[in-house]
Amino acid sequence: MATKGKDAQAVPPDPQAQSESTAALLRELVAHLRQNRTQLREEWARRITRAQLLTAMTEEEIFAEATSVYDNYVEALETGTFEALQAYARNLSERIIPRGVETHEVVGIVLLLRDVLARSLFAKYHGDFDKLNRILDAYEPAANRIANTVAVGFVQERERIIRQQQEAIRELSTPVLQVRERLLILPIIGVIDPQRARQLTEQLLRAIRTNRAKVVVIDITGVAAMDSNVANHLVQTVEASRLLGATVIVTGLSPEIAQTLVTIGVDLSEMATVGDLQGGIEEAERLLGYKVVPQEELTPKA
Amino acid sequence: MEVPILKQGHYLIASIQSALTDADLSQLREALIERVGRFRARGVIVDVTALDVMDSFAVRTLRDIAHMARLRGAETVIVGIQPEVAFAMVQLGLTLKGVSTALDLEEGLLFLDHQAQLRIERGSGRIDRG
Repeated sequence: MATKGKDAQAVPPDPQAQSESTAALLRELVAHLRQNRTQLREEWARRITRAQLLTAMTEEEIFAEATSVYDNYVEALETGTFEALQAYARNLSERIIPRGVETHEVVGIVLLLRDVLARSLFAKYHGDFDKLNRILDAYEPAANRIANTVAVGFVQERERIIRQQQEAIRELSTPVLQVRERLLILPIIGVIDPQRARQLTEQLLRAIRTNRAKVVVIDITGVAAMDSNVANHLVQTVEASRLLGATVIVTGLSPEIAQTLVTIGVDLSEMATVGDLQGGIEEAERLLGYKVVPQEELTPKA
Repeated sequence: MEVPILKQGHYLIASIQSALTDADLSQLREALIERVGRFRARGVIVDVTALDVMDSFAVRTLRDIAHMARLRGAETVIVGIQPEVAFAMVQLGLTLKGVSTALDLEEGLLFLDHQAQLRIERGSGRIDRG
């Protein structure tokens, strides 16, 4: 009885044998996909167009990309390595993101390909249900991983581009302008985070050096709120500028900011402040020895 | 390495050419203070353009030079602090309080000329601003 019970027990599948059979099935699968390459690829491209995906691209472009994606897809299935596909996905994303292709489109086309291939497998093996099941067991995990790889590659590439653009915006957002010989103004607009504050200081110090500035007016009319970190950064900027021989005048502190600064107790005794930008520039001109006089006042004397 | 100290009119100019050890800095301080008296200098310029690092000892020595020279009758101005150095100094809290600074040697000389003029004018009672 005991032996009989043992025989009846399901034999746990030998993992090695199973992976070998998976490999064999994948080989068969790949051969099938290679054989029907032209037909499947066309079917896929047709379905992409019908689903109105990749509308930013022409039909020829879609077909060309479809061909390379298809080949990379089959290769990834065959070799089980995803590096080549990953690199291709990144490269493709780099080309199509600037043309406005969205994430759902990329995910959509990969899922369509998965669907097209699965249907062709159904068609081929519909007579042999058992075989179909085993083929799908081998195919599905690999296909899922491919879809995953392509989607992740696309999103990563997009994030990289966004980071790059953020950097560019930050550069642009802090212009240092020369209004007169040796007088710079630095209008700050928006939110100051520690990173921006740092970049701002660096840019200002460099500008002081290249423009040989003696006076700098920092206008913070456009800054809505300020905490102690930012205030301290501002004080540091003022002190660093002084080390380079430039005087800093801060203008445009809003009533709210003035109240906050006094309440949190930031030491601003070292900082010259003037109410608005006009007053700041006038004060700076005075420091530099300029005097602005209206024309009418000049002419009678002349 | 010893720092050369040049005499230019009423001013002394010390131009630091390379990174200095603490001993070099002390030596520079002593030489400058001694020469302020010997040459009856009215101004001292220390040019640090060549320095891309400045530690707390260097900053303290520069401050000491300025204060000591003032006691001996000379105004000191530090010139040529690099932007990166200035930024680092401020972050470390080494802000050279009470010491005059200028962009470069030329600005430093102009600053000292201006100071001297103020002193003369104030002495003759022709100007009443501080």
